[in-house]
Amino acid sequence: MRAQASARPLPLQETSALAAAGLVLARDLRLAFRRREQLAQPLAFFAIVTTLFPLSITPELSGLRTIAPGVLWVAALLAGLLALEFLFRDDALDGTLEQYALSGQSLTWLLFAKTAAHWLLTGLPLAVVAPLAAGALGVPANAFAGIVVLIAVGTLALSLIGAIGAALTLGVKRGGVLLSLLTLPLAVPVLIFGSRATELAIRGESYVAPLELLAALAVLGVTLAPLAAAAAVRISLE
Amino acid sequence: MTHFLQMGGYARFLWPSYGITFAVIALNIYWARRLLSQSRAQARRRLLVQAEHA
Amino acid sequence: MAWTWFHRLGSPPYVYRLAARLTPWFAWPAALLILGGLYGGLVLAPADYQQGDGFRIIYVHAPSAWMSLMVYVTMASAAVGLIWRIKVAHAVAASCAPIGASFTAAALLTGMLWGRPMWGTYWEWDPRLTSELLLLFLYLGYIGLRSAFEDLQRADRTSAVLAIVGVVNVPIIHYSVTWWNSLHQAPSVMKLGKPEIATAMLVPLLMMLAGFTLYFGAVLLVRLRGEVLRRERSTAWIREALGA
Repeated sequence: MRAQASARPLPLQETSALAAAGLVLARDLRLAFRRREQLAQPLAFFAIVTTLFPLSITPELSGLRTIAPGVLWVAALLAGLLALEFLFRDDALDGTLEQYALSGQSLTWLLFAKTAAHWLLTGLPLAVVAPLAAGALGVPANAFAGIVVLIAVGTLALSLIGAIGAALTLGVKRGGVLLSLLTLPLAVPVLIFGSRATELAIRGESYVAPLELLAALAVLGVTLAPLAAAAAVRISLE
Repeated sequence: MTHFLQMGGYARFLWPSYGITFAVIALNIYWARRLLSQSRAQARRRLLVQAEHA
Repeated sequence: MAWTWFHRLGSPPYVYRLAARLTPWFAWPAALLILGGLYGGLVLAPADYQQGDGFRIIYVHAPSAWMSLMVYVTMASAAVGLIWRIKVAHAVAASCAPIGASFTAAALLTGMLWGRPMWGTYWEWDPRLTSELLLLFLYLGYIGLRSAFEDLQRADRTSAVLAIVGVVNVPIIHYSVTWWNSLHQAPSVMKLGKPEIATAMLVPLLMMLAGFTLYFGAVLLVRLRGEVLRRERSTAWIREALGA
């Protein structure tokens, strides 16, 4: 099943840049849906990690509400990290990455498409599910909409930052831990702005300022991260 | 002299701080010299191997 | 004329010989400045109004912190090696990592030892210490990435990408940490340098900063020679250089 999908190379040469990105995105989504059971894994991980905190700290909702912003973001960060190792791995193994690099299309753009697919499969579902976890941690319902937006934007930034780490550690044996070690310090600003905005949302206050900072990080990530990832991928292909 | 060593009561924080910093200074000198001598030795070995194969 | 000299800096044999000649010019002034700064800081400078003699830790803490940042920025010079494929630039970056990491650790430890008498606790999540800790993680990540590859060229080029990404992120990380800390208004802020610092206190500090910088130059030059040798295959100049 797997071999069939990758045996047929994408017709990237003859298409426009936008269409090529669309093809890559669609392919990644298609391949992910072939293993439907694995789609829920980041969500399950997120739920389990969230559960660990009440178990290890306190069942009191008032206390949990205080730590909820941190718990939600750390859990989202770790859940996103899990899937990153495989962002480029399979394509590197079966030669698809090489094909992308040689296709004449901008590798940066194609890798952005792959990262967008990763976010659609991991970050966005997490954003949708986050209110459930938040509610379990004593967060009032009026904060839910804000939480969805914040986690959606934040996980996009995290996917982009993580893509750099994934590209750098391509082919490294047991590179998952190294990937996490590289990505986490770079993810700290996202964590700080995201959890602060969440805290404000829970209190019913305006969270526009940190949201803008978070969005700025995402924009910076969109412009620079795929570039760095492409450079790292090219180096690994030499 | 004892006044100097006691550093107004802060001695047990100050002298270890100086000690750590100078340990790092010395360590870096040691590492650098060791790297250079190891690289030279490796280069010499490579030259010998190449001379043998020539 | 200047371009020829710059171009020569890309030549391993030239750099190898130049580094050997330059090292004493960095090492001896560094030693003098550091010794002078030590005397000025420990003996000549008056005790601080608030912190007494404890403030003198600044004379090793501040230079260490300065080193941690300066070395990281230098490490990003590997970008030059990446874009123009200059091996010497990669050798410079590789030389920097252990120096930077060890001084970051020193900055953290001396910061903690300074904090204990001043704040009452060894650790405070204040922006400076927290940023320094994150910088240590960045160094360790860089060193870890380098060691993950057998092939030196791949290690050089991959870690160069990481160094560039890191150097762009350092100000962002520092800003976000400072922002985060200001929100929660930590009860005690470490006064690293009061607005009006007495000249007798400032001059030894500047001497130490200059001395550490020159020391970095000297150590870098020695490591650079080793790293340049490791990256060379052609024998001609090596035979000559080793015989010398």
